[in-house]
Amino acid sequence: MSAASQDVATRNSIFVRAIIYVVLILFAIYYLLPLYVMVVNSLKPLDEIRQGNMLALPKQWTIAPWLSAWSTAQIGVQPVGLKPYFINSVLMVVPAVALSTILGALNGYVLTKWRFKGDNIVFGLMLLACFIPFQIVLIPSARILGLTGLAGTITGLVLIHAIYGLGFTTLFFRNYYEAFPTELVRAAQIDGASFFQIFRRILLPSSGPIIVVTVIWQFTNIWNDFLFGSSFSGFNSIPLTVALNNLVNSSTGVKEYNVHFAGAILAALPTLIVYIVSGRYFVRGLMAGAVKG
Amino acid sequence: MSFLKISNLYKNYGQVEILKDINIEIDKGGFLVLVGPSGCGKSTLLNTIAGLEPITSGEIAINGKSVAGLHPSKRDIAMVFQSYALYPNMTVAGNIAFGMEIRGVPKDERDKAIKQVSDILQIGHLLDRKPSQLSGGQRQRVAMGRALVRDPQVFLFDEPLSNLDAKLRVDMRTEIKRLHQRMKTTIVYVTHDQIEAMTLASKIAVLKDGILQQFGTPAEIYNSPANMFVADFMGSPAMNLLNCRLEGGAGSSLSVILDRPGDQPLALPIKLANGALGAYAGKEIIFGVRPEALTDPDGADRNAKSIAEGECLIEVVEPAGSDTFAVTKLGGKEVVARLRADAAIHAGQKTKLAFNLDKAVFFDPKSQLRIA
Repeated sequence: MSAASQDVATRNSIFVRAIIYVVLILFAIYYLLPLYVMVVNSLKPLDEIRQGNMLALPKQWTIAPWLSAWSTAQIGVQPVGLKPYFINSVLMVVPAVALSTILGALNGYVLTKWRFKGDNIVFGLMLLACFIPFQIVLIPSARILGLTGLAGTITGLVLIHAIYGLGFTTLFFRNYYEAFPTELVRAAQIDGASFFQIFRRILLPSSGPIIVVTVIWQFTNIWNDFLFGSSFSGFNSIPLTVALNNLVNSSTGVKEYNVHFAGAILAALPTLIVYIVSGRYFVRGLMAGAVKG
Repeated sequence: MSFLKISNLYKNYGQVEILKDINIEIDKGGFLVLVGPSGCGKSTLLNTIAGLEPITSGEIAINGKSVAGLHPSKRDIAMVFQSYALYPNMTVAGNIAFGMEIRGVPKDERDKAIKQVSDILQIGHLLDRKPSQLSGGQRQRVAMGRALVRDPQVFLFDEPLSNLDAKLRVDMRTEIKRLHQRMKTTIVYVTHDQIEAMTLASKIAVLKDGILQQFGTPAEIYNSPANMFVADFMGSPAMNLLNCRLEGGAGSSLSVILDRPGDQPLALPIKLANGALGAYAGKEIIFGVRPEALTDPDGADRNAKSIAEGECLIEVVEPAGSDTFAVTKLGGKEVVARLRADAAIHAGQKTKLAFNLDKAVFFDPKSQLRIA
């Protein structure tokens, strides 16, 4: 009797497992479908797309739409492709991410290991920055950029993104360093290490996971930002997201869907690569500090 | 000339007073142990000596020089932390040499110092490992190595043995004592373990609620506790503190009267009563006797001048190998007696116990202070 019931139990568990897998696979397909459509159609000549079957594989493979999107497509009034704007985005994202990460780490270090009167109020105010909608800061930011003469420059965009990201990076680092043993800082103090020596030699080497989390978070947000990019960029500092919009909207005559698809993938590629390379640290880092280890 | 001198030290966190009027002095080469229950302020006191926490008022001087307001690294101290606080990203050698590196000591001198210290502590084979690859005892040694290499004027130990298992703790305790005898450096040591305090210290400071209860040699603390808290805290098993009545006086000799359940009260005559005790004749007082001063008559101390015997009903017998502990009831409380291992006693029987009254102490029940 027990053997028979065991058999039923095994059969049931296999059945349940199969259903779970089927459902998961269906969801994965559903989720990956847009990416598939984009990749497939970016590799077709325009004629094939017009015939109407978006899901079909290309009959005639071509990378011409990619080349066009990269270097010759009409963006606004100029036929320069996305390349110069891609460079703009890189020039904007790298310093902004670096700046906000370093400042966030310093903030977290001070707020946990060099407590001062009212530190929690300061932290609370910085936390508030995470919840302020972009739209609220647009006009004050424009005013400040105008006053400092940074309006329409990449430096101005770097500044805005770094400051806006500071709330998040401070939150990440503060929570991470909260679990970092204070006795280590005290030991280093007795060893004679200075404020920055303790930061650089003791805390930073143990901050790998949270740095990865912060960099991914900041990189994705700043790279994908459209509002600040379209509000504060000048003729020579338009970021990729805004250029992509201009590419899609500025076609005269026929809409070159295959070029649009290729351009959209190009714009998404860097964040995708960052996720693939360091995504597993992301989850680990978000979990860090949840359990004292 | 005292080497480390703490005078009139106060420490507040906002409105809360953590340390109140602490006065401690210790000679060069002394071993000061700060002991007390958790939350008594002993670690805070150590941190103020280290300079990791500021003091509210008072004075701390090392070797005649005030260190108040000096940065921890300028006080010529080294500290061993409870969690060891080894830098996780550095090797053992890197941990030991970090302080020297910061001070800009050249590489070959650093290597020589690492070699010397690792020989003393026998951690030479561990120098290339990371702290995460070490056992608890090894981490402890590395933490001590990091302190030793500074060759400071004062070592500070913050409960260094509390994270080790029982056997290793005893070994490391002996090792610390040996190290102290060899280095002859002044040590301030925080612990909540009264046995560590007794075995290591040349002077003990007992703290409770931020107030220094008693400061003295281990023998003074053990034999003449200043109040009931110190008497109860130091010693294991704890001192028996019994409610009793003092009778006699005015010419005749004094006796301690202890109530017994279902029997006549037990009267213990005191031969060597001093004047202070006489003033309490006819009053309720607290009678303190340590378990080892309450034995079977054959096991009683032959050099004791004043021994009183009395029949007691034994309730529980606990053989512990080296001794046998017996529990009886006197003055409405359980009393632990420490008998020879082979003493012939049984639970439920009446047995004659010998009270060594040389070692007995008496407390005022209201103020809790010692009378005699």
